[in-house]
Amino acid sequence: MSLGPAEVGKIAHLARLAIRDQDVPAYAHNLSAILELVARMDAVDTAGVIPMAHPLDMAQRLRVDEVSEANQRERFQAIAPRVEAGLYLVPKVIE
Amino acid sequence: MKPLSETAMHQKTIAQLSAGLTAGEFSSEELTRLFLERIEQYNPSLNAFITVTDDIALEQARAADRRRQQDQAGPLTGVPIAQKDIFCTDGVRTSCGSRMLDRFIAPYNATVVEKLNAAGTVMLGKTNMDEFAMGSSNENSFYGPVRNPWDLDAVPGGSSGGSAAAVAARLTPGATGTDTGGSIRQPAALCGLTGIKPTYGRVSRWGMIAYASSLDQGGPMARTAEDCALLLGAMAGFDPRDSTSVDQPVPDYLARLDQALDGLKIGLPKEYFGEGLDGEVARVVDAAIAEYRKLGANVIEISLPNSQLAIPAYYVIAPAECSSNLARFDGVRYGHRCDNPKDLLDLYTRSRAEGFGPEVTRRILVGAFALSAGYYDAYYLKAQQIRRLISDDFRRAFEQVDVIAGPTSPTVAFNLGEKVDDPITMYLSDIYTIAVNLAGLPGLSLPVGFVGQRPVGLQLIGNYFAEDRLLNVAHRYQQVTDWHARAPAAFA
Repeated sequence: MSLGPAEVGKIAHLARLAIRDQDVPAYAHNLSAILELVARMDAVDTAGVIPMAHPLDMAQRLRVDEVSEANQRERFQAIAPRVEAGLYLVPKVIE
Repeated sequence: MKPLSETAMHQKTIAQLSAGLTAGEFSSEELTRLFLERIEQYNPSLNAFITVTDDIALEQARAADRRRQQDQAGPLTGVPIAQKDIFCTDGVRTSCGSRMLDRFIAPYNATVVEKLNAAGTVMLGKTNMDEFAMGSSNENSFYGPVRNPWDLDAVPGGSSGGSAAAVAARLTPGATGTDTGGSIRQPAALCGLTGIKPTYGRVSRWGMIAYASSLDQGGPMARTAEDCALLLGAMAGFDPRDSTSVDQPVPDYLARLDQALDGLKIGLPKEYFGEGLDGEVARVVDAAIAEYRKLGANVIEISLPNSQLAIPAYYVIAPAECSSNLARFDGVRYGHRCDNPKDLLDLYTRSRAEGFGPEVTRRILVGAFALSAGYYDAYYLKAQQIRRLISDDFRRAFEQVDVIAGPTSPTVAFNLGEKVDDPITMYLSDIYTIAVNLAGLPGLSLPVGFVGQRPVGLQLIGNYFAEDRLLNVAHRYQQVTDWHARAPAAFA
């Protein structure tokens, strides 16, 4: 499968990545080459094969639903790009 | 080999340094100062370290010396190591080789870091790596490429290229790495080291920045199998904070190191010796297999028929998981944020575009595409089915043999810049290592010779949780050969 500039733009939007116009052709070329490599899977009939999500086929372990971590808000906010009064600041969402 | 007493301190293995510390021949502080001086002297030509943690190292070294005086030392107490910059280190920048995390000071320690600290190791610094562990040459780092100590024109491999170069140049006796598709074994091979990727779930992933969560696994890189056994013993074990960590006791990896190899059944997958394998690498690997025959092993040809599907399946599964994992980098809570965002979407898209390099961007895009509406079955589900077929190949092989052996990488280290513009060619460097991650099996690379002045690695693949067997098989070889003891001339 080969991807054109419009498709790259659509995927970049899904992935929330601002790709510069001048870089789109190179990404289209490389992504198409990767998908061509990936397409070698199509030569194999996998009907009835159970998909493998975990190498040891283990189930995800769950823990008891109780608080296990202490609050460290100030520590974590010390590395945030912008905070004020204990809140993370982002551009205005609602006009 | 020279007798131990005549071996320069930086040439000693971890096991030898441990013995020296125990005998009181030198202190951890002396040892640590020596390696910090070597880093200062040699790192500018290699770029193996992103951050050198002098103050922490000296503080930990003095604490280790006190612990030894109080008779509370273990075998690793006072031994300097380096941490791949993918492991979170409390109060120290943890960049993951990315501009995105250039100013990220981790607020906690990864479990691997905690465990090594508890064993008394001394952290010299954080090593360079391909951005978010995506790469096979260490050329994808925001902090610039790493050079191979054996030949400064060559790449060290990747993604744990900084760890590999640092150990090979004797800037540290050991280091941590992580391996999602070969990122411990391939750089170990290209730099002439021993490195082991444990069974998935053996080493905690907590605090290890995620790339592809169903494949990522941390492990040690050092000069010998014995040193890897010492480090892995400290790193491995159950961690309730990692939901994929396996609750199984950690064996004493040193206990079985010396076991004889008489009757050991080694399988050579015919698919690993075909087209694409460099002829000179093949000759070196054949010589290593001949050595194993002399050690009493029975060598038989086996088949892993779906081998050629490993790279295609990997380049769906790994990007899909990476696009999910890296969605957390949104410029809001930590990491890079763009200047003057005009709205929230602009904040997300520009922060991410500025923070990620081209290879990471490519993999996020491939993953986002594979997981997008209408394509999931054709790509992600299909890749997971192929993954099952690959895993079944190994399961059948291990009914016949104890370990599988072959080349770690199809070529020796390539030149800087040689493959950087062609992602597909770069991906093929991991053709023999990727299937091991898909199956979740342990794999080890050990040095078995050279082509010119560039090292060749032999890969040993074991059954689930057979790390002790792999270390044993590598150790016995290292008792009768000295490839692991060779040092690059410029750093001897």
